[in-house]
Amino acid sequence: MGSFDLLMQGFENAFTPTNLLYACIGVLLGTAVGVLPGIGPAMTLALLLPITYSVEPASALIMFAGIYYGGMYGGSTTSILLNTPGESSSVVTAIEGNKMAKAGRAAQALATAAIGSFVAGTIGTLLLVLFAPKLATEVVKLGAPSYFALLLLALFAVTAVLGSSRLRGFTALFIGLAIGLVGTSTGQPRLTFGSPLLADGIDIVVVAVAIFAIGEALWVASHLRRRPLDIIPVGQPWMSRDDWGRSWKPWLRGTAFGFPFGALPAGGAELPTFLSYITERKLAKNPEEFGHGAIEGVAGPEAANNASAAGTLVPLLAMGLPTTATAAVILLAFQSYGIETGPGLFDSQPILVWTLLASLFIGNTLLLVLNLPLAPVWAKLLQIPRPYLYAGILFFASLGAYSVNFQWFDLLILLVIGLLGLAMRRFGLPVLPLIIGVILGPRLEAQLTEALAISSGDVSTLWSEPVAVIVYVIIGATLLFIIGNGLRTMANNRKVDA
Amino acid sequence: MTVVVAYSPDIYGKAALEYGATEASRRNEKLVVVNDTKGDAYVDKRLAAEKDIDALRTELERLDVQTEVRQDVVPDVAEAVLQVSAESGATLIVVGVRPRTPVGKLLLGSVAQRIILDATCPVLAVKPDAG
Repeated sequence: MGSFDLLMQGFENAFTPTNLLYACIGVLLGTAVGVLPGIGPAMTLALLLPITYSVEPASALIMFAGIYYGGMYGGSTTSILLNTPGESSSVVTAIEGNKMAKAGRAAQALATAAIGSFVAGTIGTLLLVLFAPKLATEVVKLGAPSYFALLLLALFAVTAVLGSSRLRGFTALFIGLAIGLVGTSTGQPRLTFGSPLLADGIDIVVVAVAIFAIGEALWVASHLRRRPLDIIPVGQPWMSRDDWGRSWKPWLRGTAFGFPFGALPAGGAELPTFLSYITERKLAKNPEEFGHGAIEGVAGPEAANNASAAGTLVPLLAMGLPTTATAAVILLAFQSYGIETGPGLFDSQPILVWTLLASLFIGNTLLLVLNLPLAPVWAKLLQIPRPYLYAGILFFASLGAYSVNFQWFDLLILLVIGLLGLAMRRFGLPVLPLIIGVILGPRLEAQLTEALAISSGDVSTLWSEPVAVIVYVIIGATLLFIIGNGLRTMANNRKVDA
Repeated sequence: MTVVVAYSPDIYGKAALEYGATEASRRNEKLVVVNDTKGDAYVDKRLAAEKDIDALRTELERLDVQTEVRQDVVPDVAEAVLQVSAESGATLIVVGVRPRTPVGKLLLGSVAQRIILDATCPVLAVKPDAG
């Protein structure tokens, strides 16, 4: 069967009333958490992981995908109306979006964000449908050494390329890898401190909930009272003919930036949104309008962040490699269903994957239909006092962690790692490398063990495959570049001192 | 000696402010406008935006009343109004009172009610003009 037939079958499954309902819930919930600063799709998915115990895999994953897309969209509303990005991916949107809103063009800014997200999301999902299965068939041919190298690249890229401080990134990564070591999976106990409760390792669900939910809740609680911001009132979003004319090119260019960056192991949405903004400023017919509310500066980055969300799903579905925090939690959902993630996913779970892909198109359309009329309602969410919100989050976090094994010990771990999450936020350590480390660490080890078992202990097997060699060259080149950059900055600093 | 107005940017706060300003100029006392917030939400619609406060200041200047506008982040708004009144030696507190539904009464406290009950000086409760 060709991809098209499979996709149509996916649509058939996604259009059942139950799955449509889950898509609706996901999209609404995703937009809501996207609107609220501090609460993001990654935290929401972590809190919702326990539903994987009772809901069918397809329905749960459809809802999760809806939350992911919805979160990307919801962040723009807060950026535009409040000048505070709801999500890190909509930081750039705030630059022009809020200026537009202050100039009385909030409705147009919201409209170009919504429609741009829809256009980019749809094109991105189409590209995902085209590329992911092809990539999977290639990746599945790779042996353990290549796979080991790819995992290493993902860990390295997420840590070294994103974020401002490499030291902080690697600190977070190694904390994550250390947490992933706990347990007796290799036969002998490691980091269990003689406790049988730690013999099975620390459940990743507990780690995810603790880092995303407890850490954030404690962080908010530690500076609860802040001066509220002035919000710009808004009615129904709409665009004039002129706005359409100025928006459609930035949408397409934003998509072109967003999708490849999302698909790369070091993707994320921050870089492409920024690049899209710079490009639009360069290409604009009247560049002096930038900085005073140019619609191109909203249309481009908003398209880029949604396209990158679609792009992120390429390595996730084709290789089992998460590149963003949200994708990491979606991967956890797969794992908690006992579904083997990796290149074999398209062959072993065709119905599930294609239903998920089809539901992405549906979710995207739902987002547009729901969000255009609901924008004023979403803005009202920002009036909810934080104590109510975070009390709810703490409650669900504890419930979720406890329901993993029904053991008090998990609540203790939740608290300890939650405090770690608070400390990381306090000292500016990024959370993403930690969670990727916890998830990919054990897999990295498994691939290494497998490769060495096949070669009966010969280490040279690790660079015996061409793909592995290429990946190591990429890692080495990036490392050299980073070190070179660092040395140059140091030399410059010394010159300034002297 | 001052007249303290508990202000919010809506018809109730506006009514309170109008009465307060008239009273302050009649008594020849300083007017203190308190517009505090609990600061626990990202947006508080009872906190006046900066440009509204500026407009308010210019309007009061025309009335020739000495005015102080306070916008603090406090744990308890009613408590803060009472404290400002005590510190500035208020001879009168003006509050706007709003109609409340039974459910609203169940869920939320009333700032106006607490000020009226706990104040140590006379309190003027004002309603916006009917219609």
